[in-house]
Amino acid sequence: MKAPKFSYVRAESVAHAMDLLAEHGEEARILAGGQSLMPTLNMRLSQPRLLIDINRLAALRGISLEGDRVRLGALTRHVEVANSTIVGRHLPLIAEAMPHVAHVAVRNRGTFGGSIALADPAAEMPACALALGATFVVESIRGRREIAAKDYFKGLYETARQPDELLIEALIPVRRPGRVAVFMELARRHGDFAIAGVAFDLEIARGSVAEGRLAYFGSEDRPTLAPKALAAILGKRLDGSGGEAAAAALVEDLKPMSDPQGSARMRLHLQRVLTTRALEVAAKRAEAAA
Amino acid sequence: MSDEETMAVALTVNGERIVRTVPVRQHLVDFLRIELGLTGAHLGCEHGVCGACSVRVDGAVVRGCLMLAVQADGAQVVTIEGLTDTGEIADLQAAFVERNALQCGFCSPGMLMTSAELLGQATPKSREEIREFLSGNYCRCTGYHAIVDAVETTLNKRLQR
Repeated sequence: MKAPKFSYVRAESVAHAMDLLAEHGEEARILAGGQSLMPTLNMRLSQPRLLIDINRLAALRGISLEGDRVRLGALTRHVEVANSTIVGRHLPLIAEAMPHVAHVAVRNRGTFGGSIALADPAAEMPACALALGATFVVESIRGRREIAAKDYFKGLYETARQPDELLIEALIPVRRPGRVAVFMELARRHGDFAIAGVAFDLEIARGSVAEGRLAYFGSEDRPTLAPKALAAILGKRLDGSGGEAAAAALVEDLKPMSDPQGSARMRLHLQRVLTTRALEVAAKRAEAAA
Repeated sequence: MSDEETMAVALTVNGERIVRTVPVRQHLVDFLRIELGLTGAHLGCEHGVCGACSVRVDGAVVRGCLMLAVQADGAQVVTIEGLTDTGEIADLQAAFVERNALQCGFCSPGMLMTSAELLGQATPKSREEIREFLSGNYCRCTGYHAIVDAVETTLNKRLQR
């Protein structure tokens, strides 16, 4: 199908984009990489009055190391994240997840910030950001504020970002020594949206889990942390039974959705399978690093 | 339609400077096909799943249906027609014919555009990696095997040179 009629404005600066958002609010949509917005326009699932194209805002692009955090500009394209040596070295979880983000042509155009702003429940980057304790910076003419990832994802495509706010960047803590990251997902076709997936960031000291975050995606209405599953492995060695204990506890953390891709029961099962597999890999990686 | 919002664009398509006024809601592939008569990029699903509309914008392969024509203002666009004319993938196209890597041919322009990016990286790739690279392009005839063969053969020949 063809997109419905809309008005189109090329933002000339971040301030210009914020002015337009302040004026038009929910009637407007930010056009970044467009890899999710354009399909919804072509299928007429969304009919915004105005598209605000931010693709020329160089201030929103780029990856840099700032103290003990990595700054990812919202308009940074997935391909840039995938090829970044800073990300490869300091954010191994994101580096491991990147090949799973859609397909080559989509990664060439889609943006990190677009993925965070849309908050698709099956998307990889929101889950990684949650697992890594990222902070999102949003700005409007009312001012600038920071939102922790754990407070940002509110529900199905619902976030703490207000309609007049523009996502500026993500600030993500670098990997500290002793931390182990594991990313895994299951999808029908490589690069398609996951029907189950995990993003784990764990501190493993002398073979035991000291702390960390277990993030799940693809099965819930938003990326979700699993504190009960984490509690089941805290202070324990990550041998086979450790993974099974976490997998068993998962029923208290997750309430999977059912859809044509899979029932809630199947999704819980898949998340459990991924949990044991990913914790096995985490144990091996911790051993190799020690 | 009088209430259709339009905008002027100036871009380079297959090396030729193009200036046009386009509806702001027109995507790049409709612009290339309808406005410029470049019908090599095919419109399959029109929502970014099938890959038949793949074109190169500023050096990178993208979904032509997921980009507005107005967004190509100032850009360098290369379609399968341009890629064929420059001879950049003549060896790959010969390998597609040789290996029978197409039947109906609807997906072929997209397959070739994506494969061109893989070949451009000039790094060794396993069959599995080639499959992953092409995973965003649907083919409903060949079962992909012959396509992977053709890409693999071309890549290996180039790497040997």
